[in-house]
Amino acid sequence: MGNKQTIFTQEQLDAYQELPKRCFNKNNLAPLALPAVKAMLVGMTLPCSCAVSQDNPFRQRIAEVFSEHGDGNMTLDDFLDMFSVLSEMAPRDLKAYYAFKIYDFNNDDYICKSDLAKTVNKLTRNELTPEEVSLVCEKVIYEADVDNDGKLSLADFQHMIVRAPDFLSTFHIRI
Amino acid sequence: NGKKAREEGSQKKDRGKTAPNKDQKESENKEKRTTKRGKEGENKQKKGRKNSTSSASSNSSDEESLSEEELAMLKDQVEQKKKLISTMRNKPWRMVKKLSALREAQDFVEKFEGALGKGKGKKLYAYKMMMAKKWVKFKRDFENFKTQCIPWEMKIKEVESHFGSSVASYFIFLRWMYGVNLVLFGLIFGLVIIPEVLMGMPYGSLPRKTVPRAEQATAMDFSVLWDFEGYIKYSALFYGYYNNQRTIGWLKYRLPMAYFMVGISVFGYSLMVVIRSMARNANESTADGDDNNFIFSWKMFTSWDYLIGNPETADNKFASITTSFKESIVDEQESNKDENIHLRRFLRVLANVLIICCLCGSGYLIYFVVKRSQTFSKMQNVGWYERNEVEIVMSLLGMFCPPLFETIAALENYHPRIGLKWQLGRIFALFLGNLYTFLLALMDDVNEKLAEEDVVKNITHWTLLGHHNSSAANDSAVTPAPLDPADVPRGPCWETTVGIEFVRLTVSDILVTYITILVGDFIRACFVRFVNYCWCWDLEAGFPSYAEFDISGNVLGLVFNQGMIWMGSFYAPGLVGINVLRLLTSMYFQCWAVMSSNVPHARVFKASKSNNFYMGLLLLILFLSLLPVAYTIMSLPPSFDCGPFSGKKRMYDVIQETIELDFPLFVAKIFSYLANPGLIIPAILLMVLTIYYLNAVSKAYQRANAELKKKMQMQREEEKSKRNNKASTNPMLQDLEDLLTPSTKSESPPKQAEDKKTESPNGSSPARKPGRGEGLAGSPMAGGRGAAFTAPSPVFVAQPRTLGARAPYPGQPRPWGHPLGPVPGRGRGQPCYPRAAR
Repeated sequence: MGNKQTIFTQEQLDAYQELPKRCFNKNNLAPLALPAVKAMLVGMTLPCSCAVSQDNPFRQRIAEVFSEHGDGNMTLDDFLDMFSVLSEMAPRDLKAYYAFKIYDFNNDDYICKSDLAKTVNKLTRNELTPEEVSLVCEKVIYEADVDNDGKLSLADFQHMIVRAPDFLSTFHIRI
Repeated sequence: NGKKAREEGSQKKDRGKTAPNKDQKESENKEKRTTKRGKEGENKQKKGRKNSTSSASSNSSDEESLSEEELAMLKDQVEQKKKLISTMRNKPWRMVKKLSALREAQDFVEKFEGALGKGKGKKLYAYKMMMAKKWVKFKRDFENFKTQCIPWEMKIKEVESHFGSSVASYFIFLRWMYGVNLVLFGLIFGLVIIPEVLMGMPYGSLPRKTVPRAEQATAMDFSVLWDFEGYIKYSALFYGYYNNQRTIGWLKYRLPMAYFMVGISVFGYSLMVVIRSMARNANESTADGDDNNFIFSWKMFTSWDYLIGNPETADNKFASITTSFKESIVDEQESNKDENIHLRRFLRVLANVLIICCLCGSGYLIYFVVKRSQTFSKMQNVGWYERNEVEIVMSLLGMFCPPLFETIAALENYHPRIGLKWQLGRIFALFLGNLYTFLLALMDDVNEKLAEEDVVKNITHWTLLGHHNSSAANDSAVTPAPLDPADVPRGPCWETTVGIEFVRLTVSDILVTYITILVGDFIRACFVRFVNYCWCWDLEAGFPSYAEFDISGNVLGLVFNQGMIWMGSFYAPGLVGINVLRLLTSMYFQCWAVMSSNVPHARVFKASKSNNFYMGLLLLILFLSLLPVAYTIMSLPPSFDCGPFSGKKRMYDVIQETIELDFPLFVAKIFSYLANPGLIIPAILLMVLTIYYLNAVSKAYQRANAELKKKMQMQREEEKSKRNNKASTNPMLQDLEDLLTPSTKSESPPKQAEDKKTESPNGSSPARKPGRGEGLAGSPMAGGRGAAFTAPSPVFVAQPRTLGARAPYPGQPRPWGHPLGPVPGRGRGQPCYPRAAR
């Protein structure tokens, strides 16, 4: 990964231990403490940037997909969710599902042409001309769109991606 | 409660802290999560739990009265919940949802599991369940432990993040080889070397275990030891040391039998492990020649390697992705150039001829050199060069021929991937040819030694006899003193010679590899880095620049090294130990070299399809190295005075001996029946027929697969043409579409005219509002699927937009049911189209 920072720094760990004392009444501690602590602690930082490389063009999308409200802040659960999906033991279908969500920039459950164009531009850092970009997008839709609605639904995407030989090896993060 | 929460919180903190540092993240964390969170869930929902337990307690009183069907149903439900628990991690839900579902399922299972057994049976059932649970937990812990034991995970991860997955795949292969060699070493060391060393006769007691008198003066010299002569030759490392006693020690350990069986099982185990690995790879890669259908899609969605963590590699990756897109675009846009086919063919034939000449030349060179080394060994004053000439020549050939092949291959003008496969094939042929020439020359040597042996046998016999007579003559009463083992004349012991040759070859291979890495990578990197300041041209950009990690060269080197080990391990049991050391040091050394002196590939390519290719090479080498060993075991007589099979006519006679002497009579009979050709030939025929049948079945499956693919393709084309036809032949609907989405009106006609598959907002946007489509129970609005329905859909959705459409005008009847309800609305909306026109 190239990033040596651990997820929880020492101050955060101390804060983690302190929080229940400070924020809650002793009486109603137990059932509420844990989830609130989790949410508060992890909401303070943005752990996604620690886990996913800074150079990954999709890091923002990954954060948005895995965070609870789509805003990029992840709780511990979401964080573990992300690693679970991106690990090498996750099944292909699960990865395909989340890959679809990552590449669906406007969150409309379809990968439409604008999503594709954004993907291409992120992948090539805007080096291709607009004509080239639109040619690529059209080719992709032509190749993968099975139900002929001009955009890729989850079924189209899965049908196309499970045949890809590299999908499993590139769509994963090693901790 | 607070304490428990904090405890669990701190447990999770530990997990969170260590998650990025350890590699057993997912399997371990998931397991921990499902158990620990189950507990947390209980903690969180204590009240809920109380309710369920109270209901459980009230249920328990009714347990006895559960009828058979209810029991069966309950059992079904419990099974279902268990299945849900086990497949929980595969479901694409959010973590919170997963947790609650998991908790619910676990509660249900716990509540009703005890209720399923009846009376006495209940206790047994509960006990069984508890044992099953314990067993599952034990398995889980064992899996975690196993994952933790995998070595070098951090190192490989580091390499991977800098260089991508293809370079890392070499190191993963290296680690796998290390594991295999470790197992082989354990087998050989534990079953052959240790018994002989511990329970066999010590050094100096037998002629075969003692350095001959003539050589004793120089036996400790470093140069002699380096050539694996002297004391090393007469040690447990080589075949000649082993005694042919049938049983040794108080355990009555049958050493010759063990030696033979271990030799066979080395090959058996390697074969099993390679094929299992190939099968696993084949299962994972479902790519079945579908390459041309999804070029752009795959480029877009699978080209970014999420493992990359280094900015430089990322830059390279971006550049290579851009280049790859541009290439495909150019391919797509341009038509193929008309090349001169004849010229190309001629050039390719010429290139192949040149390369075959090179291969033959190298083979002859090796043969010549080995012959020369035999004459050298008979001479007295041999210099260092003459002694090591064979190894040097082989290593030099291995270093210089591949680049030569690459330059010749420039004539051929192949696609890079195909060119790479040709290159690998040629290097493979080169190494193979060298190895086999070497073996042939060695066989000549062996035959010579065999001839020599007869002579020496006689000499030994007469010497011993003479010694007896002379000592008897001196003093007839006292038993004659035995001849000192160092003085007994020795046979040439061809097996040890073969073993020594292989060990020397391996050692020189190791040295050459390490020196090449040191000089070719490290010193070159130092030179480029430091001399660049005072050099005329930019060393880093032009020649020589930093080296890239040569994946295929290294993998082939590893594969061939393993082949030599397999060949030599029967005659030199210590060879596998040397290889284990070599792989261990190689891992650290190469990791360091890669990180310090190599740069990432300019053209980052995929690792996926190559895995099975390298396994296939390994399998081929395994078979090829089995052949010489099998030949020598079956057809050459063992030496008469060294090794565990000395005195026998053939090495495999040891099996016969064991069956006769150690097993009861009927076993011998069984084996004699089994070995009957009348049984073996039909068995072989049966196996051949089975292979033929399975081959035919697999071909039939492939054909069926291709048919299905074609069908899908045809369906796709059909729907595309249907859609295009439909849209253009219905002007009424076309106008409605225009009305509905005026912004896209200008786009739609030219789009249809081009007959291209483009995004059609007309068809799709209304489809996304399934709630509005009243009376459209039958239409699959959700995905816009089904060309038949997409065209009319705007019609129906238009209705709610034009408000009040449903309120019928006075006097406007609505004779038809819902589906046609919008007609009046449409009529209203488009005053110029009378209803009748529909």
